[in-house]
Amino acid sequence: MKVVVNFDLCESNAVCMGIAPEVFEVRDDDFLYVLQEEPAEELRGKVEEAARRCPKQAIAIED
Amino acid sequence: MSPIVVVGASLAGLSAVDAIRGSGHDGDVVVLDAAAELPSDRPPLSKQVLAGTMEPAAAHQPLANRLEELDVDLRLGCRVESLDATALRLDLRDGTSLNASGVVVATGATPRSLPGPSLQGVHVLRTLEDSLALRADLLSGPDRVAVIGAGFIGAEVAATCRELGLEVTLIEAASAPMVRVLPVAVGSFVADLHRDHGVDVRLGVGVEGLVADGERVRGVALADGTSVDATVVVVGIGVVPDVAWLDGSGVPVGNGVTCDETCLAAPGVVAAGDVAEWFNPHFGERMRVEQWEHAIEQGAAAGRRLLAADTDAVPFPSVPWFWSDQYDRKLQMAGRPAATDEAHVLEGSFEDQRFVVAFRRGDRCTGVLGVNRPRHVVQARMRLTESLDWAPIEELLA
Ligand SMILES: Cc1cc2nc3c(=O)[nH]c(=O)nc-3n(C[C@H](O)[C@H](O)[C@H](O)COP(=O)(O)OP(=O)(O)OC[C@H]3O[C@@H](n4cnc5c(N)ncnc54)[C@H](O)[C@@H]3O)c2cc1C
Ligand code: SF4
Repeated sequence: MKVVVNFDLCESNAVCMGIAPEVFEVRDDDFLYVLQEEPAEELRGKVEEAARRCPKQAIAIED
Repeated sequence: MSPIVVVGASLAGLSAVDAIRGSGHDGDVVVLDAAAELPSDRPPLSKQVLAGTMEPAAAHQPLANRLEELDVDLRLGCRVESLDATALRLDLRDGTSLNASGVVVATGATPRSLPGPSLQGVHVLRTLEDSLALRADLLSGPDRVAVIGAGFIGAEVAATCRELGLEVTLIEAASAPMVRVLPVAVGSFVADLHRDHGVDVRLGVGVEGLVADGERVRGVALADGTSVDATVVVVGIGVVPDVAWLDGSGVPVGNGVTCDETCLAAPGVVAAGDVAEWFNPHFGERMRVEQWEHAIEQGAAAGRRLLAADTDAVPFPSVPWFWSDQYDRKLQMAGRPAATDEAHVLEGSFEDQRFVVAFRRGDRCTGVLGVNRPRHVVQARMRLTESLDWAPIEELLA
């Protein structure tokens, strides 16, 4: 699983971080950082949930 | 078997369908909406779409491109006129009726308007159509835009108008913006933010009425005897939950549809989103929440509730969360403070326009608001989801 964030869409509202802090982090500079671009399979549920809940639909999962 | 019928094809309704399918239900699901097209996503309507920085087509709901997979019978332009909750029968405007095995009420809310005849140049903002109509009027280059009501929609519209280079007067009857949901100290910050950006902010003054020039609005008469000249007026004075069609249905209605803690309103009838008031066990309060993420979460909870046996039903506890973009500032809040709660700035300062403020009632934290502090708000929300105790929040943000 590969996590791809469309940074043109991302508004750094950190919803993804609330759901999967292992993968997404919004830092004090207000930018989102993807901590693991290829997270372990056991995080799939959380990453999918983050992709679904992202208000900007900025997260894509490429298997 | 009769289908599950979902009334309202917006965030809450489609999220309910997603949960119903996710729970493995493969029976028929009918989704009805009075709108002629699938409702757009609403947050961009006061922000990017109004500003012209987002194509209207890009403002689609999260589930819009999964409709096929959800396998729904979607009927647009189809208004439900009434419901018989005992028989689970719905009467539609086109004269037909539908029997249901379960009903999801997700009809949202409609903006309040001012009394009096409708005038050109006066707008409310709820749908894509509303946003495009307002944008067209803004592009005609009015000398001044008057925004009535400094709630979230009014404040965002004022900010977008300033970004389009228009003169703006923001009129609010209360002593500060957003006092319906925020303690006054934070409302005052918002008022100052708008003043810094050149908005003429008028607080504590009611609206007497609109001033017309033939069919077109020319200004707003205020209760203090003054008036504001404006050829475009945006009315943002709140919304009314869409429950008129439930009159006589047997579904209890008060401040929206009255649900129990599991989002059930009557046997076989659940409700979610802007239209639903439920008992939030996490806060021990009844609440009706008009927020984007809440509509999705409660929609999912209501969908699962509809499928569950009464003995398996679980409550829906929630720490609501929303965001609002005004100029380059992002406000976010988790929780549900009352205007009278104490406000403690725990990080940053109002002067920096970057801070976290936590709201306190006794030994409880009722909410955390951040301005350009998304990480703090999200982390505080996770804490609040565990418990509303004040001490851990103070510790987290210290
Ligand atoms: C301009 C704007 C900006 C916003 N910005 C933000 C924001 O930044 N952050 C945030 O958290 N929230 C924001 N919101 C709030 C958020 O969009 C709403 O909370 C959300 O849309 C509620 O979803 P819902 O599904 O409950 O209802 P709605 O989106 O109102 O949908 C209800 C649907 O039911 C249909 N319907 C009603 N009556 C009937 C009937 N009798 N028969 C058939 N269909 C019917 C309607 O046509 C409508 O499509 C904003 C809202 C607006 C209007
Ligand atoms: S939820 Fe979406 S918009 Fe928000 S920070 Fe994550 S990727 Fe960006």
